[in-house]
Order: sequence, then structure tokens, then C-alpha cells
Amino acid sequence: MIKTTSILHAWTAIGGVAALAVVGEVLIAAAMRQLGDLDRIRERSGLPGAIRAVLSSPVFLAGALCMALNFFAMLYALSIVDLSLAAPAIASLTYVGNAVAAKLFLHENVDRRRWLAVLFVCVGVVLISR
Amino acid sequence: MKHALKPSQYLILIAVMLTASVGDTLLSRGMAQVGAVDLHHLPLLWKALFNPFVISGIVLLIGFFASYMTALTWADLTFVMPATAFGYVVVALLSRFWLHEHLSVYRWAGIALIVCAVGFVAGGPSRTEHEGEHPELNLMDSGTGR
Repeated sequence: MIKTTSILHAWTAIGGVAALAVVGEVLIAAAMRQLGDLDRIRERSGLPGAIRAVLSSPVFLAGALCMALNFFAMLYALSIVDLSLAAPAIASLTYVGNAVAAKLFLHENVDRRRWLAVLFVCVGVVLISR
Repeated sequence: MKHALKPSQYLILIAVMLTASVGDTLLSRGMAQVGAVDLHHLPLLWKALFNPFVISGIVLLIGFFASYMTALTWADLTFVMPATAFGYVVVALLSRFWLHEHLSVYRWAGIALIVCAVGFVAGGPSRTEHEGEHPELNLMDSGTGR
């Protein structure tokens, strides 16, 4: 009984961390895509200008908030779940979620080689963490 | 359709590969020292911010975040993702050749799979070009919008 609740607890934490990561990364990717080449912005208006350009994007701020929450959720998850389970589980879920979200919301051309890459990365991450 | 990345852009991708994995390793080491955090001991999270491993982990992750965001301004999210996964390979290879740890067959298989994944994605275009989207125009738009 105690064990089942803790397993549920662990996977809720893992799922929550992954979901926050996906939302955060998609928002940040959308903001960056909107912004254009950051190297070119830096050439024109220097590092402060590039930082200002990034920070003035509301989409970026929303994404950064998600990533900050993700960071603390991750610290929390690592304290209740073994790193050897949490790290590959979170990473795999995040990769799959990112690919789906990038296709749906960012309209990226996720072709066969990218789906294959997502699959390989997921299996690879699980194997490498054994 | 082939992408042509500049040397500086390859450097950014290499930074993405290295900083995330090393930063995460430092964080996990630091959090192991801090001890278990649960809902009744949330102040421990604050204490964690003063652990040297956690601090250096955070510094590296900020570096990761900066290079990752830079990469996203000229590449697709699904193009940059395998680069972050390559960090696992870096950690595994470091533990093999630097710490002389034994790598199991599973780990070697995992390394091979991730290397293949990076190869697949790197062989394709780095950016989906949407119709009506032009970097210069976007820059001008954001300039006049402010």
C-alpha cells in the first residue's frame, strides 16, 4: 500500500517535471524563433542589446517561468526518486513531448529522420542510465 | 535543403552538449549532500542554494540556457534536442576514459543509439522555413513594434 502510493507519487513528480519542461521549451523556442538570429542582434547592439531583446519578449518570460518551476520541481523529484530512474524517465518523456509539441505548436517539419532520432534518443537515454 | 552552420554555431551546439550534462551531474551530487527534500521540508531547497556543487551546477546550467536559446534563434527545437541528448554520451565517455569506470553493454548500446540520432538529425535541414517568414523582416517588425 505504502509502496503503490510512493510509486504513484514518483511518477506524478516525473510527469510534472517533464510537462513543465515541454511547455517551457516550446514557449522559449517560439520566442527565439520570433526574435531571429541572436548572433546578428549581438553584432548590432552588443550583449546588453541581445539580453534586452530576449527579456522583452513576454512569450520568453512565460517560458522562463515554466523552466524555473521545472528546475525546482526537478530538485524535488530528485529528492524522492532515484536519479537512475528520474533522469532517464524525465529526459525520455521530455524528448517525446517536445517533438509532438514542436510539430503541433511550432509547426516544425518533424520528418521521419527526426521521429527516428526521438525514438533512438529515448531508448538510448534509458539504456545509458542503466 | 542542406543546412550550412557557421563555425561559431557549431561551438554553440558543443556548449549545449557539454554544459547541460556536466551541470546536471554537479546538481545531483550537490543535492545528494543536501539530503531528501519533501513538502514538509521545503526550506531545505533554500539551503541547497548555498551548496558549492549546486552553485557551480547552476552556473553551468545558466551557460547552457544562454547557448541553448542562441541555438533556438537559428535552428528548430527538434534539431537542437539531439544535441542536448549527446550530453549523456559525453558523461558516459568521461566516466569510461577519465574515471576508468566500466561501461556495460547496455551503456555502449545507448551511446551508439544517441550518436545515430544526432547523425540522423544533423543530416537534415536545421530549420523549418515557414512561408512569409524572413529573419530580417522579423527584426524590423520587432524594432518598430517597440
